[in-house]
Amino acid sequence: MPTPPTQADIDREIAELRELRELRATEDGEGRDHPPRDYAPYRSTALRHPRQPLIALKDPDAAELTGPVFGVTDVAALDADLTRQHLGEPLGERITVRGRVLDRNGRPVRGQLVEIWQANASGRYPHRRDDHPAPLDPNFTGVGRCLTDGDGGYAFTTIKPGAYPWRNHVNAWRPAHIHFSVFGTAFAQRLVTQMYFPNDPLFPYDPILNSVTDERARQRLVAAYEHDLSVPEWSLGYRWDIVLDGPAATWTEENR
Amino acid sequence: MNPTPSQTVGPFYGYALPFPGGGTIATGGIIVHGHVYDGAGAPVPDALLEFWQASPSGDLTGAPGTLRRDAVNGALLGRNGVDFTGFGRVATDADGRWTLRTLVPGNGYISVCVFARGLLHHLYTRIYLAREDFPDSLPPERAHTLLATPEREGVHRFDVHLQGEKETIFFDLG
Repeated sequence: MPTPPTQADIDREIAELRELRELRATEDGEGRDHPPRDYAPYRSTALRHPRQPLIALKDPDAAELTGPVFGVTDVAALDADLTRQHLGEPLGERITVRGRVLDRNGRPVRGQLVEIWQANASGRYPHRRDDHPAPLDPNFTGVGRCLTDGDGGYAFTTIKPGAYPWRNHVNAWRPAHIHFSVFGTAFAQRLVTQMYFPNDPLFPYDPILNSVTDERARQRLVAAYEHDLSVPEWSLGYRWDIVLDGPAATWTEENR
Repeated sequence: MNPTPSQTVGPFYGYALPFPGGGTIATGGIIVHGHVYDGAGAPVPDALLEFWQASPSGDLTGAPGTLRRDAVNGALLGRNGVDFTGFGRVATDADGRWTLRTLVPGNGYISVCVFARGLLHHLYTRIYLAREDFPDSLPPERAHTLLATPEREGVHRFDVHLQGEKETIFFDLG
């Protein structure tokens, strides 16, 4: 067994790749909005990224310019409140997360499915493969769904997830995050990502967040605490807007 | 506006994203199945595949009802078996294997979106049932990676190779 990398090793790799990508981006205008699939500090990428270039597909009739549709039959009323899915109440800091799903032209994505999943307040997922020795919460599953409203808005009530360790390197910890899965009007706009909480001290150490090498792009993954969204005597409020990427063809077509 | 960056689906989506009947867009049609492999040829047990396709008549409007819910208790009922939603979602099993039951798409291909732990940004590919339906832009030496292999009547095999000698063609949709 090779010696597992230390945090210092990972920090060095993160810094090197950030510098390298800055240079490349200036040279060839390579996009910096998304993480590269080949990102060594996140060790699991090594054998799971394609080495061949992606093949450009420009077809106005491509199926990917359309996408799955969802409706009121696909969500249940309590799906958006993760604190009310069990007989008792979950432990932790109750929060509300709100935002809008937009396309790159700033137009709302209406009536589409938003799915979230997250660890509990102790940093534990109710997943068989999560063996982090932190307590499970019998009153918290950590799964939510909703449809965006006419303004592209979504809202979830949940509890603030805890940070948790993983085995990427020695003493690796994930900053607290909520996983989001979002659909646009086109399959090509599909997005799975993670929302982080402001001012988390773990940010500099996390190779997954830092795989987004551009500082401004990274900031777009961090929600804002918004006092007006806090509900008196009830929950703390965070705002996080999501902008879907996608082929140029979908930008000019009128939404359904 | 600048897009929100992608992040990996991670290892723990298994209790959140898959749903009952996710791999059965429709019965009475074809079965497409295969494995997802990494660059060392090892099966990937924590990948998630999504499928989007046209109906047999080539219609791409889809229909709601993929995650149909019980109006009384909110339980997931799955599709009603009448409407063709065009959307499927399957997590690979411990052996890296997935199975999809669906109808032959009228335009010749099924679009696939691949998510996995260790994949920071999803990948798009397509399952073609016949070479004649290939788009022009494919590199000829790798085009075969998009062709499902008929195994027997109505059953097709399609493996996804994330990396390596047999690497599947993945698309940049612009």
